[in-house]
Order: sequence, then C-alpha cells, then structure tokens
Amino acid sequence: MTVALAAAVAALALLPLVHIAVAVAEVGWSGVAELVFRPRVAELLGNTVRLVAGTVAVTAVLGVGAAWLVERTALPGRRAWHVLLVAPLALPAFVSSSAWISLLPGLDTYGGALLVVSLAYAPFVYLPAVAAFRGLDPALEETARGLGLSTWGVFRRVQLPQLRVAVLGGTLLVALHVLAEFGALAMLRYPTFTTAVYDQYRATFNGPAATMLAGVLVLLCLVLLLAEIRLRGTRGYARTGAGAARQLRPVRLGTLTGPALLALAAVVALSLLVPLAALVSWFRTGTSARVDWAALATTTGTTLALAAAAAAVTTVLALPTGWLAVRRRGPVATLLERTTYLGSAVPAIVVALALVAVSIRVLPALYQTVPVLLAAYAILFLPRAIVTVRAAVEQSPPVHDDVAASLGVSAPARLWRVTLPLLAPGIGAGAALVFLAVVTELTATLLLAPTGTETLATAFWSASSALEFGAAAPYAVVMVLLSAPATVLLSRDALPRDARRGLTP
Amino acid sequence: MSALTVTGLAKSYGRTPVLTGVDLHVPAGTTTALLGPSGCGKTTLLRIVAGFDDPDAGSVELGGRVVAGAGRGVPARSRGIGYVPQEGGLFPHLSVAGNVAFGLPRRLRRDRTRIAGLLALVGLDAALADRAPHQLSGGQQQRVALARALAPEPSLVLLDEPFSSLDAALREDTRRAVAEALRATGATAVLVTHDQAEALSTADQVAVVRGGTLAQLADPRTLYREPRDLDVASFVGEAVVLDGAATGGRVASELGELALGRPCPDGPVRVLLRPEQLRLSAGAGVPARVRGVDFYGHDARIELELASGLRVSARTEGGDLPAEGAEVGVVVAGPAVPFPATAPGVPRTSEPTPA
Repeated sequence: MTVALAAAVAALALLPLVHIAVAVAEVGWSGVAELVFRPRVAELLGNTVRLVAGTVAVTAVLGVGAAWLVERTALPGRRAWHVLLVAPLALPAFVSSSAWISLLPGLDTYGGALLVVSLAYAPFVYLPAVAAFRGLDPALEETARGLGLSTWGVFRRVQLPQLRVAVLGGTLLVALHVLAEFGALAMLRYPTFTTAVYDQYRATFNGPAATMLAGVLVLLCLVLLLAEIRLRGTRGYARTGAGAARQLRPVRLGTLTGPALLALAAVVALSLLVPLAALVSWFRTGTSARVDWAALATTTGTTLALAAAAAAVTTVLALPTGWLAVRRRGPVATLLERTTYLGSAVPAIVVALALVAVSIRVLPALYQTVPVLLAAYAILFLPRAIVTVRAAVEQSPPVHDDVAASLGVSAPARLWRVTLPLLAPGIGAGAALVFLAVVTELTATLLLAPTGTETLATAFWSASSALEFGAAAPYAVVMVLLSAPATVLLSRDALPRDARRGLTP
Repeated sequence: MSALTVTGLAKSYGRTPVLTGVDLHVPAGTTTALLGPSGCGKTTLLRIVAGFDDPDAGSVELGGRVVAGAGRGVPARSRGIGYVPQEGGLFPHLSVAGNVAFGLPRRLRRDRTRIAGLLALVGLDAALADRAPHQLSGGQQQRVALARALAPEPSLVLLDEPFSSLDAALREDTRRAVAEALRATGATAVLVTHDQAEALSTADQVAVVRGGTLAQLADPRTLYREPRDLDVASFVGEAVVLDGAATGGRVASELGELALGRPCPDGPVRVLLRPEQLRLSAGAGVPARVRGVDFYGHDARIELELASGLRVSARTEGGDLPAEGAEVGVVVAGPAVPFPATAPGVPRTSEPTPA
C-alpha cells in the first residue's frame, strides 16, 4: 500500500523526464539532430558550461574561505558575519539581479552574470562547509599541529580533504541552480539553455524546439548528478572516535586580520548591501513609486494561499516515500526515493513545459489551473519535504509502536497517539520549507499560473521586466520579509543537515 | 499473571536460522532470565512472545491460551503482555504521567493517585509525574518504562536488556527496584540479558540460550554449580578446568586428589572448579607460582602457574595478597564437577569473563 503510494509519487516526479523521452521518440533521430546540432545550441552550451564552471569555482572559494574565517579564526564578530553571510538566501536571485542591472545597466555580460549568480549562490557552499567544519574532530587538527604542520598545512592536508563531501554537495547544488536559473539570467540578458527554452516557448508555444532544448538541459543535469556520485566515491571519512565536543583554539590572523575583514565586508556589501540599496533607491526615485496597496494585498494573499496549498500537498506526497526510506530499507525504497530526487533535480522550466504539454494532451480542462501549478510545485520541492519527513521518521524508532501495541492500543490509535505526534515537528519543518520556496518561485509560476493570477514573484517580474522598478519594489520587500524566517533558521543550523538540499533560487 | 510455555519455537531471517527449536516454561509469578551472548536469538525469542514477530514453527502459550503458532496469532495488542524495551523507549512527546497512563482506558488516564501509586511501585517520587522523559536519568527512564508496562496489569512482563545502558552504580539500584516491583505485583517476567551476574542475581530461573537453542534451564545456584556442560560453565562464570583420572568418587588431578560433586564412571575425566574454590596458603597444598594479580578492592583474581605450566585463576579476598612471582600453595575447597574427558568446547583454562 505504502509502496504503491510512493511509486505513484515517484511516477509524478518522473513525469517531466518521461515527457522529454516521449517527445524525442516522436521527433525521431533526424528531427533531434536537426533541432540540436546547430550553431545556436553550441553557443548556448558554451554559455551555460562557462557560467556553471565559473560559478562553481567562485562559490567554492568564497564559501570555503568564508567558512574557514568564521569557524576557525579569531576574527572579531564571527557570529554577526555568519548571519550576514547566510542572509543573501532571503533575496531571490532574480531580485538581486534586477537590483544590479538597475544600478549598472552595463552588467549584461558574462562577468556580470558570474558576479550576480555567484554572490546569490555562495551560501549554498558556505552553509555545508560551516557544518562540516563544526563536525570535524578537533583532535585531528590538534594532532596535525603536533606533527608540525602550519595553519596552511592543516587546512590543505587535514581540513580540506574532510570538507570534500560537503563542498561537493554544495557546489552540485550551485551547478544545478545555475542550470535552472531563469529570472536572474533573463534580467541580465545572458542566454543559457533555461532562458532559451523560455524564449522558444514564448515564440512557438509547445513546439518540439523548446522540448529538445529542454532535453539537452536535462542531460546536463543528469551528467552533473552522475559526476557527483562518481566523485563522492567511497566517503571513508567516518570519525574513528566520538571526539571531544570542545572548542578549538581559534587561529590568530595577526596582521592579516584587516585584509580578512575587508574581504568579508566586500562579499557582504556586494551580495547584500548593493541589492538592498537598490531596493531603497527604487522607492525613493522611481517615478512609478506609488504603492498600490490593494494589488499588493491581493497578490500577497494569492501567493500565501498557493504556498499553503502546495506545502500541504507536497508534504502529504512526501510521507509514504519518507516513511519507506527508513522503515522498509531495501532496494525498492532506495529506488523510489532516488527516483523522486532525480525527477526533482530537473529545472523548473522543464517541469513547467512538461506539465503544459501533458495537461493539454491528456487533460485539456486542467491546462492553466491551480491543480497543475500545485503539481509543478510538488515535483520541484518534494526533496525538501521528503528529507525532513525522513529525518523525523529516523528519530522515532519503531520501538514506540511496539510498546504501544503491547499496551493494547489498536493500529489507527497508534498512528494518532504515537506516530503523528512524533512526526509532527518534522512534517511541519518540511511544510515550512516548501511554503517558503513557493513564495519566491518564478519560472514554473510564469508558465503555469492561471490567466490573471499573479504571485509576488510574477508581479515583481512583470514590473521589473518593464523597468518599472518602483512598482516592483513592494513585491520584492514582501518576498524578502517572508523569506527571512527561513534564513534565520538556516543560519542557526536548526534544520536537518540535508534540508539544505534544493534551496530555491 | 499466567505461566508462559514455549514449545519448539523456530525462526529464520532469510536463510539465517535464529531460533532452532526452543522449549521454555516460565511458571506463573516467577522471573526467568534469558542469558546468552549477543546474536544468540534471545531478543528474537522475546519479540515472538510479545507478538512483534511471528514464529516459523512452534507455539507460544500464555496462561493456557495459544497466542502464537499452530496457524493462529493473537496480535500484540490483545496479548496483555507488558514490554520494556532497551533504554526504556519512553514516548518523547508525553510527560512521565502520560507515559505511565498510556495503556490505561481513557477514563483512568487522568487519575493522579493511580499514577502516583504506579510510580511508587517502581520506587519513584510522584513529583516526577510532570517531567519530560529527557529530564530523567537513565535509571529513572527504565523505572518509568516498567511502571508503564505494569499499569494495565499484564499477565506477563518482558524486559529486553533493561539495564545494559546504565552505568554500574545506577544499574545495581535499578535492578533491585525492578526486581522488587516485579515481586510486589506478583508478575510473571522474562528478562533478556547478556550479563551473567545480572541473570544470576535477578531471576528465579535462568535459561541459557546458545546458537538458537536452549542450552540449560535451571535455578541460578544449580546453573552455576552444576552446569550441563563446560561451555555453559564458562559462560555463567570463570572456570578452572583440569584433566584427571576418576576412581571411586574421587579424582586425581594436578591440584591433588579432589572430591567429585556427583558420581561418575572411573577413568579419564575432565573436572570443573570455580576460582573461589582455590585457596592460597603459605606452606600446605600444591605448589604454584603467582604470575599476575588483578586487584578489584573487595576481592582479587590471582593468576597461578602450576608445575606443568598450566595456568589457573584463583579468586581471594582483597586483604592479604601475594606478590607477583611468589611461590604459594594451593588448596581446593569443595567438590569438583566431573565431565566426560572428551567434553567439547572450552580450552583447559578459560579467560575470565568480563564483568
């Protein structure tokens, strides 16, 4: 029963991939060759690969460097720096890119895209790196020091190898997000596969050209996932002992303190202060800066309602998979869980495209309705709900169910009196993560929202695309305010480790 | 309370047999310890009795009613069996009172005097009733778990390694409180443990489980003094094993001529002594050299090398200890237990079992 439900969820998550496979089969090899092997696609591929490689490199350096400074040195104000370095997560990438382009219209180059996207995604590497630093056994670093290694030697030969898994995970997340990023790059007029799919869709609607481009995009995602699995390899970095939960004596930077502070300040200024300053200036100088309170209230209401519905649907869908993954460990459960993740690694633009096509073909009545939009949200954000449900199930071992049974409690009563109360916090956390992701979701919403339905993200998008930044500003402010709580949670490391997986752009 | 009878119980996980025909009878109102090394199948046996697992063959009878086997299985919730898991397994989302009252009918769940009574039964203060489980010590959690299991007045209580997660000092207190509570309610109880001292001191009878079958079922004293074979002997305590020749109720061995605890045919024989039967003296007795002294405070374990090079252990009071390398005499007190000379199993001297 549970297996059947989890299989249905996995099938839903696979829908976009199946759609592309069917489309490829229908077009046939010559059609595919004609649509894919052309100069335009080569150019897009070059653009995309360059941007992914550049962003991965920059975010890895920024993330690991900042994590080392905050976790392992005697830098003043480390707690404050930590919060400031996580804070950009509250700014959707398409908001900060609008901010940059409104200040510096000449930023529509590779360098501009690299700068904006790297700053927006650096926390994806920074957070796991910080967590990994905290999890390292201090005794190893002390032993290395005792063996005569310098600070740099300890970093390179002891810390960095142990950070590998965390940094790989973080950079994979960055790479997948860059592949899927639409809003920020469209604003910066830097064409990648995702923006090209969107343009193609706008031009020819549901044509095979858009689908083939999406196919190449999905292929890139799969290559990344496979590469990560290969690179991760045998992660034999288990701690051999329990280790001491004590603070390491922080590294004193001495004369390097000034430059280190300056570097952190620069990162924070560029990733946080510049976009916020732009937001403020939009209010001040924009000619369109009359806040339309009624429209803002309606849009906020619509967004919250959609987000709440999506959170409920996605969490319910995540329950069978999360349960199976823990309680019925085995090849079937693993396969279903992995399949669901795989489907969800597909960019939002592809999910949206697939759902448009499938709904037109199979259920025309559902095209551009809320259920289809909710299905897209569910496919996109299932991993974060599954991960939290799974963590909750792991923390409530089956012994509680056994004890309740031995005390004469029936199965439905056990579900109500034991299982649900124990899972509630995890389920709530998962639902909250989905909720917050939906609040700032742009791409799928643009393609799938019923006509006339505006969310904060799409309202911001249409105003800022028309360069009416004053009109766009209030929507950005509400999105930032709604995202702030999640950011605070993440900076406190209160969420299960894997919950970072798949934070939204 | 009811008697528990297990007949021919067998269970495999995949191709691995875990239980291969276990027979066990626990008289009503008594406590039985299932003693065995980890992986011997004792927890599986407990889970089948509780109804969390089904046997492949054999049956479980509780108070004359078949609850498992012969094509019928009473679900766990209808068996009336209290279960205390390892580390207590308290519901983290409920208070102590909520945990204790969990199995009571709805109208009784708010009855504070009843909860206070149950807490008193396991030696806990009623003031703990509103605490959360994580605010209790490990020993207190175990006692609450027992109170929870006893609340619906079960016919049988099962305890799965209830003291293994506690440190030494707490373990003794908790063990005594649990034994007293079980005695006070007159409950029939089955306790799983891998600690022989715990089994011998807590239970009315001890069932030694070995490789999926019952090796011996006896009261603690009989088990220790007259184990069925040398394997059981060395499992329930440290053993001194000597080869010798029996004639007319006595045996000639390296430690002199010893009395036999039970009759055996004349000829080659292998005998069991316990280290506390070996007494050291200044002059008299068989000469031996002291090769090591483990001092525990209340007593000590002396490793002795006999003339033949055989090493044996003696356990003595902690007062007057010989120096390492000293020459001492060994006198044996009490009878030796004979086994066939070809007795399989242990080497002639066994390593001490860690306490």
